[in-house]
Amino acid sequence: MEIPYTVEPRPDTGLTNGKIGIWLFLASEVMLFGGLFAAYIMLRVGATEWPQGRTILNVKLAFTNTLILISSSITVLLAWASLVRRDLGKFKLYMLITILCGFGFLTIKYFEYTHKFELGLFPRKSTFLAIYFTLTGLHGLHVIGGMSVNAYLLGPGSKLYETNPEWFTNRVENAGLFWHLVDLVWIFLFPVLYLL
Amino acid sequence: MSSDHGHGADFDKHVNAALGVFVALLCLTCVTVKVAYLDLPTHEAIALALVIALVKGGLVAAFFMHLISERKLIFSVLGITVAFFFVLLLVPMSTSILDHVGHLIVVPHAQAAEPAEHAGHAE
Amino acid sequence: MEVKDKHAAHAGHAHHDEHHDHHELGFWRKYVFSTDHKVIGIQYGITALCFLFFGFSLMMMMRWQLAFPGKPLPLIGKLFSDAVMPGGIMLPDFYNQLGAMHGTIMVFLGVVPLGVGAFGNFVLPLQIGAPDMAFPRINMASYQAYLIGGVIMLASFFLPGGAAQSGWTSYPPLSDISPGQTSWLVGMVFLITSSLLGSINFIVTTIQLRAKGLTFMRLPFFVWAQFVTSFLLLLAFPPLEAAAILQFMDRVAGSSFFLPSGLVVSGKLAVASGGGSPLLWQHLFWFLAHPEVYVLILPAMGIVAEVIAANTRKPLWGYRAMVYAVVFLGFMSFVVWAHHMFITGMGTVMASFFQTTTMIISIPSVIILTAFFVSLWGGSIRFPTSMLFVLGFLPMFGIGGLTGLPLGLSFPDIHLHDTLYVIGHFHYVVAPGSIFALMGGVYHWFPKATGRRMNETLGKLHFWPTLICMNGIFFPMFIQGLAGMSRRMFDGGETYAHVAQYVHLNKMMSVSAWCMGVAQLPFIFNFFHSIKHGEKVSDNPWNATTLEWDAPSPPPHGNFLKIPEVFRGPYEYSVPGHKTDFFPQSDPARG
Repeated sequence: MEIPYTVEPRPDTGLTNGKIGIWLFLASEVMLFGGLFAAYIMLRVGATEWPQGRTILNVKLAFTNTLILISSSITVLLAWASLVRRDLGKFKLYMLITILCGFGFLTIKYFEYTHKFELGLFPRKSTFLAIYFTLTGLHGLHVIGGMSVNAYLLGPGSKLYETNPEWFTNRVENAGLFWHLVDLVWIFLFPVLYLL
Repeated sequence: MSSDHGHGADFDKHVNAALGVFVALLCLTCVTVKVAYLDLPTHEAIALALVIALVKGGLVAAFFMHLISERKLIFSVLGITVAFFFVLLLVPMSTSILDHVGHLIVVPHAQAAEPAEHAGHAE
Repeated sequence: MEVKDKHAAHAGHAHHDEHHDHHELGFWRKYVFSTDHKVIGIQYGITALCFLFFGFSLMMMMRWQLAFPGKPLPLIGKLFSDAVMPGGIMLPDFYNQLGAMHGTIMVFLGVVPLGVGAFGNFVLPLQIGAPDMAFPRINMASYQAYLIGGVIMLASFFLPGGAAQSGWTSYPPLSDISPGQTSWLVGMVFLITSSLLGSINFIVTTIQLRAKGLTFMRLPFFVWAQFVTSFLLLLAFPPLEAAAILQFMDRVAGSSFFLPSGLVVSGKLAVASGGGSPLLWQHLFWFLAHPEVYVLILPAMGIVAEVIAANTRKPLWGYRAMVYAVVFLGFMSFVVWAHHMFITGMGTVMASFFQTTTMIISIPSVIILTAFFVSLWGGSIRFPTSMLFVLGFLPMFGIGGLTGLPLGLSFPDIHLHDTLYVIGHFHYVVAPGSIFALMGGVYHWFPKATGRRMNETLGKLHFWPTLICMNGIFFPMFIQGLAGMSRRMFDGGETYAHVAQYVHLNKMMSVSAWCMGVAQLPFIFNFFHSIKHGEKVSDNPWNATTLEWDAPSPPPHGNFLKIPEVFRGPYEYSVPGHKTDFFPQSDPARG
C-alpha cells in the first residue's frame, strides 16, 4: 500500500510528507540544544567566577572545525543540486567530500578531547568544563548520526536513484537539512564556548 | 519537492546564491574570531558575538536550508518553535533580570514611606 | 448479514489497485514487527494497559504501608527479598521506589502511551480517511522504543539498590546520588525518542493525509486534540531530554550541573566541583512536565467528544470554540510551568507572572468542559458503558480542575504545596478524569477493532464500583492536605501531630484502592473474552458519523474499501429532514 504524498507534494500544502517531517524533527532538535543553552546561561549567570573560553579551550582547532563544517554544508547542498540536475556522479563526489569533512571535524574533536584529558580537565572539574563537554559531545553525536545517514545515502541508499530519482533527491535534500542544522548549532556553540 | 526548484536558470541562481553565502560565512567566521580578541566588556562581547552568530545562522537557514523560498506551513512550525525556544532561554535569565525589574515596579509605596532616603538621591 | 457481505466485497477488492499488497505476511511481520497503525495501536494499548495495572499494583502495596504502617504485608509480603521488605515490612527506601516508579509508570508508560500511542494510532488515520500513518516504519520504531524504555524501567527494580526513588520528578541533589536513577534516565531517553517519533508521525499524517473534503474545521475533535498533543510532545520533551543528559553526566561523569557548591551529604562535604543549580533541573523538568499534563488530558477530552456526540444524537455544542480553546491551551501550556515552583524562593514578579498565566489557562479548559455539559442538554442520551465512563469523567474532571485553582495561586500554594491536596488534585484529573475517558474509549472503539462488542453487564460491574472507589481514595486527600499532611511520607503522616485527626482516613482510602483493584477484574475478563466471544456487531454499531465507522470491523490493511470523501462536518446528528438521526461525513447524499 502506498502512502500518498511521499514523493509528490500535496497540492494544498505544497509539501511532501518527508519535508514536513524533517522540519518537525529539526524543531525538536532546536528545543533540545535550547535546553542545553538554557542550562549554560543559568549556570554562567549564577556562577561566582567563569573562565573565558579561550583560556582553556583551543580556539585555532575550533576555528578550523567551523570552517570544515561550513564547507561541508555547501558540499551537501551541491550534492543535492547535482541530483536535481540528475548528475549521479557529481552527487557522489560532493557527498563523499561532505562525509570526509565530517571525519575531519571528529578527528580534530578527538585531539581536542584527549588533550584536555591529558591535562586532567574532565567534566567533573568545573561546570564550565562540564557544559563544554556535554554541549560539544551531544553535537558530536549528531555529527556521527548525520554522517551515518549521509554514508547510507552515498552507498546502499543510492540504489533508489535508479527506480525513483525524485524520491531519492528528496531524501538527500531532507538529510541535507539535518546536516545544515548540525552546522547551525556549531555556529552558535563556537563563539559561546570558545570565545566568550 | 525538487520539481518546485526545477532545472532551469532559477535553480542555478539559487545554487550560485548559496555559493556566495558560503564565502560570506567563511568571512563572518573570521570576523567572529577577530571581534572576540578585541576584548570588549563582557556584555558587549556577548551581544556582538550573538548578533554575528544570528546573521550566520540566518544565512544558513535562508539559503542552505532554502527557507527563503519555503512554504508557509514550515514557517508556522518554525515560528512556534522559535517562540518557545526564547521562552526556554528566558527561564535562567529571569531569576536575575525579573528581580531587578521587579524592584522598580513593586517598591513604589515603600519609597513613599522612606522620603529621607530619596532626598539623598539625585532624582 | 452485513458483516459477511463486507467480507465478500473485500475478497473481491483484495487486489484492486495495490500491486504491492501481494503476499500474505508471516506471523512475525503481521503481529510483532508490523507497520500497520492498527496493529501498532493495539500493541501500544495492551502494553500500556499492562503497565497501568502494574503501576496500580505498586500503589496498592504502598497503600498497605499507609494504612497500617510497619505491619507486614499479608500474603505477598514474603515474596519480596529482605533487602526491601524484611519480614514483609516495607522499608522506607522501598516505599520511595514504589512511589517514584508508580508516578513514572502511570504517566510515561501507562496513560500517555494509551491515550496517544494506542488511541491516537488506531483511530486517527481512520478518522481522517487515511490508509495508514505517513511514516509506518517510524511508527513501528516508536512502539519498539517505548517497549524497550518500559522494560528498562521495570528491570531497574532488580538492580542493586533498586529502582529510582527520588519521586517521578527526580529532583537533585537527591536524584544525583540515589540508586536506580541512572536506569530511569536511560529509560526516559528511550521513551522520549518514542514520543518524538510518534508526534512527528501524527502531525504529518494529520496535515497531509486527510481525505478529500476533510478541511481542518471538519475534523473530529478527537483529531484536533491529538494534533495539539503532538505539538506539545514535540517541543516540550527535548528540554527534559537535555536535563536527563545533564543528570546522567552528574551521575556518571561526576559533573556538578545540579550540585550546588558546599553541598553536604550525610555530614560530609560532597566531592564535586559544585557551581551547579538544583533549580536548573526543576525549570527544565517542569518545562516538559507541565505540557505533559495536558498531554495526559487532551486525548481523553478527544475521546469524550466522540462518545458524547454518538450517544446524545446531536451535534457537539461549541465545536468552533472548543477548537480555538484547545489550540490556545496548547500555547499557554508552555508558559505556566513555574507554578510547580512557587516555593523555591522566586521573586514576586515571577510568581505573579506564572500565577496569571495559570489563571488564564483555566479558561480554555472551562470552555471545553462547558461545551461537553451543554452538549448533553436536549440530547437523546443512551447509556452504554462507554457513555457511563464519559459522563463520570465530566464531574470528576470538574473537581480536579477546580481544586487546581488554589494551587495555581501563589499564596494558597504556600500552604498546599507538597501536601496530599496536590495529590488529590492531580489524581482527580488523571484517574477518574483521563483514565475514565480512556476506559470509555476502549468500550467505544472495541467493536471497530474486533467486530464484536464488550459485555454490558460486566461493563457496569466495572464502572460503578470504580467510580465510587475513585472518590473513596482521592477525596479524603483534600482534607488531609488542607490539614497540612505532607506527601511522600512513608508512614502516612503517623508521626505528625498537626494531622493526627486525619491519619485514620488512610485506612478507608486504602480499602477503596484495593476494592478498585478488584473492580478492574470484570474489565480484564470482559476485554479478552469479548475478542472471541463478544456479541458480533455491524461496522457502525453506534450509528456514528465519523469516518472510522465507514471501514469494516476490523479494518483491513489499507483501511477503506473505497477512498473516502468528506461532504460535511463531523457531528451531523438529528439533521432536520434527514431520514435517519445521523448523517455520516462521507455520505454523498444531499439532504
